[in-house]
Amino acid sequence: MTMRLVLDYYNYWVCIILMMVGFYGVMAKTNLVKKAIALGLFQTGILVFYITIGKVEGGTGPVTISGAPADAVYSNPLPHALMLTAIVVGVSTLAVAMALAVKIREKYGTIDDHDIHRLEHEMPD
Amino acid sequence: MELIQLHLPALIVVLPLVTGLLTALLGRGGRGWWISLGATGAVLAATLQLLAQVVYQGPQTVTYLMGNWPMPYGIGYVVDPLNAAVMATVALIGFVVTLYAGRSMAPEISPDRARYFWAVWQFCLVGLLGITITGDAFNFYVLLEISSLSTYTLIAMGHGRDRRALTAAIHYLVLGTIGACCYLVGIAYLYMVTGSLNFADIHARLADIYATWATDAPVYKKTIIAGFAFIMVGLSLKLALFPLHVWQPNAYTYAPAAVSALLAGTATKVGAYGMIRIVYSVMGTDFAFTFLRSDILLAACALMAILVGSLQAIKQTNAKKLLAYSSVGQIGYIALGIAANNVAGLQAAVIHIFNHALTKGAMFMALGCVLYRTGGVRLEHLRGLGRKMPLTCAAFLVGGMGLIGVPLTSGFVSKWYLVQSALERQWLAPAGVVLVGSILALVYVGRCAEAMYFGQRPENSPEVREAPLSMLVPTLLLAAASLYFGIDSGTTSRVSEAAAKFLLGVAP
Repeated sequence: MTMRLVLDYYNYWVCIILMMVGFYGVMAKTNLVKKAIALGLFQTGILVFYITIGKVEGGTGPVTISGAPADAVYSNPLPHALMLTAIVVGVSTLAVAMALAVKIREKYGTIDDHDIHRLEHEMPD
Repeated sequence: MELIQLHLPALIVVLPLVTGLLTALLGRGGRGWWISLGATGAVLAATLQLLAQVVYQGPQTVTYLMGNWPMPYGIGYVVDPLNAAVMATVALIGFVVTLYAGRSMAPEISPDRARYFWAVWQFCLVGLLGITITGDAFNFYVLLEISSLSTYTLIAMGHGRDRRALTAAIHYLVLGTIGACCYLVGIAYLYMVTGSLNFADIHARLADIYATWATDAPVYKKTIIAGFAFIMVGLSLKLALFPLHVWQPNAYTYAPAAVSALLAGTATKVGAYGMIRIVYSVMGTDFAFTFLRSDILLAACALMAILVGSLQAIKQTNAKKLLAYSSVGQIGYIALGIAANNVAGLQAAVIHIFNHALTKGAMFMALGCVLYRTGGVRLEHLRGLGRKMPLTCAAFLVGGMGLIGVPLTSGFVSKWYLVQSALERQWLAPAGVVLVGSILALVYVGRCAEAMYFGQRPENSPEVREAPLSMLVPTLLLAAASLYFGIDSGTTSRVSEAAAKFLLGVAP
């Protein structure tokens, strides 16, 4: 029973594990670049999730060719299209995060959240 | 002319997108500001016309099909009284703050970067207006990210004055991205069970699914609940609803003056709109509030927001941070109105979205004037300014009275509706908390007013004079509007009533 739960839904497990690893990284890592990478993992988990729900059991690639049987089942291509946009969003987010990390390194001399927090603590409001 | 009229809903989003790109390419020198001003002015005119159309002239909805693909297959822009009101608010604040920002950003952003500032500024408005107008769940996500990414950049541009703008921006980036991802996961769940991304279509298909829950074979119950939970968490982060508000105080405090005014007036308000849209016209209140009882949780968060935000505001010594915490509290009022699930509550939410945008916008702009002249916004910088900068301080005070909810200011109108709606639900304690919130607001606004009017200028501080006209006029404009809509509440009542009744399906 448990085995089936793992094997039948392994796509979902992969997605949950990816998301949780990413979420843990975002929360636990103090290095801002590592935080950004973890954020990327979190987003990748969601990409896998969407791709998974687009799969139709027994479905083939959503391309019609001449001579295909009339009752052919196709997978849903829409989630793939959505995720192309989501990938672009993820890359942009990562780019902004890296640009900010570079600036923070220039201004603070560190990209460690703890050190930054200590430096900020000494500044007036 | 007819062609413009026909494509008006799309132009609201497309125009600033195009002019934003043009600004990045051509906006050297002062041109960036002129382009932004033109674009925001045109958008304001367009949104006001749409608002007049859906509220006064009818029909109540205007639909625009992107590329003429029929909904639910294509992306449709749907204007109804609710989002027309929110769009008009965003466009109004956008225009007035653009007017103001021309001068205020000069000492904060180096001239060679100005055109990028103006480009991102317009992209931010593209995102916010797009979120409000779109009728498509995934399009909503993309525009949410456009507005968020521009917001992170705009906040980070405050680093010339204070390097903490950078860390505020990256913390917001991390939380904002998690919030947007939560929304995306929630939409995936809804897509799994309905196979649709169009808000109206999801709503119709969910109704069929809910119908099975009363029978012996309920379907998709857990999936829909999980999806709703993810969406609400994601939107609460954008909305800065307690306890997900932690990104907000620093972001508002260290952003450039004009950016704080823009964000306080628009970004969180659009989050509130998103929440109303999801709860009322996608999930349906029968599911969200009657079945799940999430109104209790939302109201609890709202009340905590009012209390915690206001109490934190009292403790602050930096006036901008004080206003930022006050915003956390004010968002609580909006969320309470959403949770009340009656006409008065929704009216309170819609009116407060508008009124709070006016008052907080005016106050952040007044603080921007102070910053421009004195170089700081700690309470000691405010001391004795009542005589040196009388008009700026008057604008700040008018805004402050709006936060407290003094009669004849706009804040009074929204609180009136809010208390009414709470009493209608027989929520006595929440109604009490609203009043306690007003008293707390009196304390924190009082601290600023005391410094301004009864404090002495610090010893050997440089001489200050009234802010330049190009900053003062927009500030006074918003303050005067906040007074006007407090005295003549007819317009806001009419519009919010149309929105509330439209959402609840009550005949107008």
